[in-house]
Amino acid sequence: MITFIEQYPLLAALAAMLALGLAFGALLGFASIRFRAEGNPIADQINSILPQTQCGQCGYPGCRPYAEAIADGEAINKCPPGGEAGIQALADLLDVEPLPLDAEHGTEKVKSVAFIHEDDCIGCTKCIQACPVDAIVGAAKQMHTVISDECTGCDLCVEPCPVDCIEMHPLPTTLANWHWELPKIEVGPVIIASDRETVSDREQAA
Amino acid sequence: MRRIHDFHGGIYPPERKGLSNTPPLRKARMPEELVLPLAQHIGPPAKPQVAVGDRVLGGQRLTDLSGLPVHAPTSGHVSAIEERPVPHASGLRGPCIVIACDGLDEWGEGDRFEDFRKADRGELIAHLHASGIAGMGGAGFPTARKLPRDEASSIPTLIINGTECEPYITADDILMRERAAQIVEGVEILAHIAGSREILIGIEDNKPEAIAAMREAVRGREAMEIMVFPTKYPSGGEKQLIEILTGRQVPSGGLPSDLGILCQNVGTAVAVADAVLRGRPLVSRITTVTGETPQRPGNFEVLIGTPMRQLLAEAGCSLPTGSEARRLIMGGPMMGVTMPDADCPIVKTTNCLLVPAADELGNDQTAQACIRCGHCAEACPASLLPQQLYWYARARDHERLEEHHLADCIECGACSFVCPSNIPLVQYYRASKAAIREQRAEDARSERARQRFEARQQRIERAAAEKEAKRAKRKRAAMAKAADKASSDAGGSAGEADPIQAAIARAKARRAAQADGAADAEGAAAEAAAKLAKVEARLEKARATLAADDGSDPAISAALRKAVETTEAKLAEARAAVPAPVAETEQA
Repeated sequence: MITFIEQYPLLAALAAMLALGLAFGALLGFASIRFRAEGNPIADQINSILPQTQCGQCGYPGCRPYAEAIADGEAINKCPPGGEAGIQALADLLDVEPLPLDAEHGTEKVKSVAFIHEDDCIGCTKCIQACPVDAIVGAAKQMHTVISDECTGCDLCVEPCPVDCIEMHPLPTTLANWHWELPKIEVGPVIIASDRETVSDREQAA
Repeated sequence: MRRIHDFHGGIYPPERKGLSNTPPLRKARMPEELVLPLAQHIGPPAKPQVAVGDRVLGGQRLTDLSGLPVHAPTSGHVSAIEERPVPHASGLRGPCIVIACDGLDEWGEGDRFEDFRKADRGELIAHLHASGIAGMGGAGFPTARKLPRDEASSIPTLIINGTECEPYITADDILMRERAAQIVEGVEILAHIAGSREILIGIEDNKPEAIAAMREAVRGREAMEIMVFPTKYPSGGEKQLIEILTGRQVPSGGLPSDLGILCQNVGTAVAVADAVLRGRPLVSRITTVTGETPQRPGNFEVLIGTPMRQLLAEAGCSLPTGSEARRLIMGGPMMGVTMPDADCPIVKTTNCLLVPAADELGNDQTAQACIRCGHCAEACPASLLPQQLYWYARARDHERLEEHHLADCIECGACSFVCPSNIPLVQYYRASKAAIREQRAEDARSERARQRFEARQQRIERAAAEKEAKRAKRKRAAMAKAADKASSDAGGSAGEADPIQAAIARAKARRAAQADGAADAEGAAAEAAAKLAKVEARLEKARATLAADDGSDPAISAALRKAVETTEAKLAEARAAVPAPVAETEQA
C-alpha cells in the first residue's frame, strides 16, 4: 500500500479523492432521504402571509394552491385582498423585488363583509355552497344569513345568488376598531439641505 | 423614612396649576339632561337594563353587570337610549342612556357595608364592580379587576397615587385638600381587600396644602406613609411612581402585581369609600376646568353625564355650537385628546377640561426633519429610543418597532415636548401601536379563515369519498345478486326462502329479459308481483303503527286508520294486477 502510494502518488491521490467523494455522496444521499421535510415549508410560509380570503381572484382555487404556485415561481402580485402590504411581505420572504399589484386580478378594496337581504332570500342554498369558509347559515327553502365575524369578504357568494339579494358592505368604523392614523408628513424625508426640492424642480413639476 | 428614588428621563413643563388650584371646590349645577355613555372604560360595554320612559332614582343601576355598569346620577326618567357624541379622539358616536332630570334628586336605598373588615373579600370586589368603579386617574381600568380574588394572591404593597404630574390639572390636589379623611377610608378598604401591609401615598412636592392635609389624615395609622418627591413629569405614571417609591422597575410587558404592588389613584379611593360605606355608586367626580379662556377656572364636583358645554359655561367660557372656534381638550396638555364636540358628556375619566387661548400651548408649528439630536431619548421615562421608533413607524416596520419595545411606550408626550423639530412623535407611536394591534387581529382572523376553509375542503372530500364508496358497494351488491339469480334460476327453489329477494330477482330477470328482447308479458307479471310484495310490506308497517298508537290524539289515530285503509285498497289493486297463473305458480 505504502509502496503503491510512493510509486504512483498521482494515482493514489486520485483514488483517495474518489473514495472521499463516494463516502460523502453516500452520506448526503442518506441524509436527504432520512431527514426529508414533510410538505413544502416555503409554501407554508407563503400561505401564512396570504390573507386567506379564499376568493380565487388570483386564478387559483384558494390561498393554499396560490402559495404552492408562488413557491414554484408564480408572480407574487396577483392577490388583491393582500394588497401592497402583502406583496411587500412576500417580497421580503422570498427576497425578490416587490411588484405593483397586477390590475388584471382586481384592485385593493376596502375590507367588506357580505350582507343578505333576508326578505328577498328564497333559500336556494347556492351561496352556502359557494362560501369557502362556511360563513353562511341556512337550509333549503329557509332564509340564509351571513356570520359576519367569519366572512372574509371574498365576493364569491354574490354571483351565484339567483335573486341578487347579497351585497358587500364595507366594514363600518366603530369605537371598538377606530385607531389613530400616522400623521400626514408635511416634510419629506429631508436629511440634508441639498435633499430639499428646489424652486426649479417645482416649476418643472408644474 | 424611606429613600426617594428617581426614574430615567422626564421633563419640566410649565405647571400652570395656579390657574385652577386657588378657588375652592364648587358644585356644578345639575343639568336638565344627563348623557351616560355605556362604554366609559376598557372592555365591552354593559347592556342597558332600563327602557325609554322608565323613571329612575339616583344611584340606580342602569345596565347589567356584563361590562362595568353605569348608574343614574340623580332621579328622572330615561328619555332616550341612542347614539350620541362621546368623548373619544375619533369623534364617533357611541351608545348612551339619556336621563331627563326632574330636579328632585330622589335616591334609592343603596347597599352598604356596616363593617367592611368583617365582609368577605369576594363580596366587596363584586360590590365595587356593581358600583361601576373605574380608575379615576385617566385610563379608567375597572378597579375590581385589579384586586386579588383570594387570600393566597394578596398584594403586600399598596401605592396610592396623588402625584397628578400633568400640568394644569388640580383635581386630585383639591380632592386631597378637601376630602383627605375620605381618601384614607377608601385606602383602608382597598388595603383590606388586597391584603396589603404597607401603604405608600405618593404626592409631588408642588402641592404643600394637599401634603399637609394628608399628613393630618393619616396621623396615628402606622401602615400608611406619605411620600413626597420632587416634581417632574411624568412621575404620576404607574411604572414611574413605583420606581420613585420603591426603586424597583416593572419588567417590560409585566404588571405591577408581578412585583407585589397595587397602584390606585386618590380619586378611586374616595369612590371606593363612597360605594362601600355610603352605598353611593360612582356618579360624580371632580373635574378641573382650566386654561386661559375660561374666566372663572377652578375645580367642580360634577355629575357624570353633564354636557361639557354646561360645565364650561359655569367656568365662564362659552363655545359656539357646531364647529369649534377654539380647542377643547379633555385631559391635560400632554396626554389629553381634543374633543370634536362640546356636547360630549363628562365621563368617569374626565379629570380636566382645558380650553387654551390661541397661542397658549404653542405646539402648532409645522414638523421639521429629525436631526437625531437625541433629546427625546434623554427625556423618555420608559428608557426607549424615540428617534429610532420614529423612523420605524414611518417605514411601518412593525417587527423592528416591537424589537424596540414600542409596547412599553406610555404615550406621555415627553419626547414630543423636547423635540426641537416639533415632530408629533406620540401620534406616530399611537398609530403604530394601533396598526400592530390590527395586524395581530387580522392574522388571527386569517388563521381562523384558513382553518375553516381546510375543514370545509376535508368535509367535501370526505363526502365525495363516501358517495364513491356507496356507489361501489351498490355495484358490488348488484353483481352478487345477479350471480345469485343465475344460480337460483338453475336451482329453482331459492326464491321461496325470501319473498323480497325473490321480487328483486324477478325484477332483475325482467330487466334481463327486456335486454334480451323477450316477451313483455312475463316482465309485466314480475313487475306486478314486485309491487304486490312492496304494498304488502307497507300494509304490515301501517298496521303495526296503528296497533302501537295509544289513541291519545284522535286526529293521529284517524290518520293512521285512513293510511291502513288506503294501503289495503292499494293491495287489492296490486293483487288484481298480478296475473293469476303466475301468482299461483309463485305460491306453489
